[in-house]
Amino acid sequence: MIEWASPARRPLLRQPVALVALAWLVLVALGSGMASLLAPAGPLAADAARGLSPPDPDRPLGTDSLGRDVLTRLLWGGRWTLGMGLVALTVAVGLGLPVGLAAATFGGWVEIALMRLVDALLAFPGLLLAMAVVALLGPGMGSVALAVGLVAAPAYARLARSVALEVRVQPYVDAARAVGCTEWRVLTRHILPNAAAPLIVFATTQLGWVLLNGAALNFLGLGARPGAPEWGIMLAEGRGYLRDGPWASASPGLALTLTVLAANLLGDGLQEALRPR
Amino acid sequence: MAMSYLGRRLIQAAFVLWLAATLAFVAMKLTPGDPAQALLVASGATYEEIAERRARLGLDDPLLLQYMRYLLDLLRGNLGESWLHGRPVGRVVLEQLPPTAILATAATVVGVCLGLLLGVVAALRRSTWLDKAATTVAVLGLSTPTYWSGLVVILLFSLRLGWLPATGEGDLRHLVLPASVLGFALSGSVARLVRACVIEVMEESFVLAARARGLPAWRVIFVHVLRSALAPVSAVVALQFGFLLGGAVVTESVFARRGLGKLVVEAIMWRDLPVVQGVVVFGALVYTVVNLVADLVQAWLDPRLRENLT
Repeated sequence: MIEWASPARRPLLRQPVALVALAWLVLVALGSGMASLLAPAGPLAADAARGLSPPDPDRPLGTDSLGRDVLTRLLWGGRWTLGMGLVALTVAVGLGLPVGLAAATFGGWVEIALMRLVDALLAFPGLLLAMAVVALLGPGMGSVALAVGLVAAPAYARLARSVALEVRVQPYVDAARAVGCTEWRVLTRHILPNAAAPLIVFATTQLGWVLLNGAALNFLGLGARPGAPEWGIMLAEGRGYLRDGPWASASPGLALTLTVLAANLLGDGLQEALRPR
Repeated sequence: MAMSYLGRRLIQAAFVLWLAATLAFVAMKLTPGDPAQALLVASGATYEEIAERRARLGLDDPLLLQYMRYLLDLLRGNLGESWLHGRPVGRVVLEQLPPTAILATAATVVGVCLGLLLGVVAALRRSTWLDKAATTVAVLGLSTPTYWSGLVVILLFSLRLGWLPATGEGDLRHLVLPASVLGFALSGSVARLVRACVIEVMEESFVLAARARGLPAWRVIFVHVLRSALAPVSAVVALQFGFLLGGAVVTESVFARRGLGKLVVEAIMWRDLPVVQGVVVFGALVYTVVNLVADLVQAWLDPRLRENLT
C-alpha cells in the first residue's frame, strides 16, 4: 500500500498540492465546526414554497426538495460526516496500533494468534464486513462509525507490526536495551517515535477510506436517520430529483469527493515529506 | 518445491477461512435474538411453540455441538435458512449472484484497461504534464464515491443526452454506466501500481538490452515491459476484488440493479442475519480463493516468489 519508490524527500511546505489539500480539510473542519454561527437557521429549516429552487445569491447552492438550504445542510452535514470519519479512524488506530505493536514486541504465540486473527478479518471484503457489523449492532450513525473503524483496524495492525519489526532491529534500539531500558520504555521512547512516519501516512490515507465507506453505508440507508444532514444521506435523498434539481446531490457529492481526495493527496504529500532518508 | 509451496498456501487459505467462519459464528451467537424467535414472534406464536422450535433447530444444544454442526453445514455448502424468505440462504445468495458477478467482471475489464493505459502513459512520460494528468485521473478514481459518479453519469448520459438507460438491467446497454463507474474507481489503484512497475522495469538490464538490439519502442513496451508488470497487476486486481464486491453492492443500489447488494441491504433492514452472514462468509470464500489463485499464478510466473515465502 505504501510505496517508497523514488528517493527524493520534500518538506510539506514545498508541496503546493498537499498544502491545498490540507487547506481544504481545515476549511471543511472550520466550516462545519462553526455551522451554528455560519448557518444559524439550522439544517432542518424548510421552506416548502421554495422546494428545489436553483442556486441564487441568497442560497448559493440552491434548496433541496423540501426547500431546505443545501449550503446550510452541507455545513451541518460536515459535522456528521467528518465526525463519523474521526470516530472511525480513532477506533481503527486505537485497536490496530496496540495489536500490531504487541505482535511485534512479544513475538511467539502472541504474534501468531494476533496476526492470524488479522488475516481472518482481512479475508472479508471490507465494505461487506462493515455491513455485517451494522447488521449485528442495528442501523445507526454510531454503528456505522464503529463498523467502518473496526474494518479498517486489521490493515492498520498489520502495518504497525511490520514497521515496528523493522525499527526493532536498529542498532539504537539494541543500544537502549543495553543501557537497561525497560521494554515499555524502548517501545514508547525509541520504537514508536521512529515508526511514526509511516503510521501517520497510513492513518491519513485511511481517513479517506473511512469517509468513503462510512458515507456509503449512510447512502444505503444503514446509518443516520433519513433527513439527517449527513453527506451520504443528502446524496441518497437528492438522487430522486436529478432532473429537476441536480444541485441537491451535486453539492454533497462534490464535498465528499474533494474531502476524500484531500485526505489521499495529503497522505501522498506526507509520505514524500516523512520518507526515511 | 512447487508442490510444497502449493500445499503450504492451501493450508494457509483453509486456516484463514476456518477462522473467518468461526468469527462469523461467534458474532451471530453474541447478538441477541435467535431464529426461533425471529421466525415466530411476528406470527404471534406462544412461548411453548418458540421453545419447541428452539429444540428442533438445535438451539438448546451445547455451544460446542452447535459450532461443530455449523462447520459441518458450511462444508456441505449449507448456510442456514433465511429468517425473512424461509428458504436456504445458499440458494437465495446463488440466485442473486449472477448480476453481481457480471457487473464485477465488466468493471474489472474496464478498470484494468483504463489503469494500464493511465499507468503506462504516466510512466513513459514521467514528470511531464501528461504524467501529472494521468496521475490526477488515477487519484480521482480512488477518491470519487461510486454513489456520486453514478449519479453524475446518469444525469449526463441518460437524462440529458438520452444515450443509455439509467437504471435496471437487461442487455449490454444497461451494463455500460455501472461498469464504467465501478471500473473507474478500480482503475486508480491499478494505474498507480502499473506506473511504479513500469518505471522500475524500464531500468532493468533486459529492457536496455532489448532497446540496444534496436527493437522498436512499442515492441519493447508491450512485449518486455508490460509482461513483467503483469504479475503484480494480477495480484493487485485480486486484492482489489474485495473492494470490487463491496463496490458492486453500492453501484447496484445507485443503478437500481438486482444482485447481492439489494439482497444484503434488505437483509440488514429486516435483521435477516443468516442472509447477512451467508453473503459475508460467501464473500470471504470467493475473496480468499481469488487471492490464492492469484498467488499461485504469480509463483508460477516468477519462481523466485516461491523461495521467498518459505
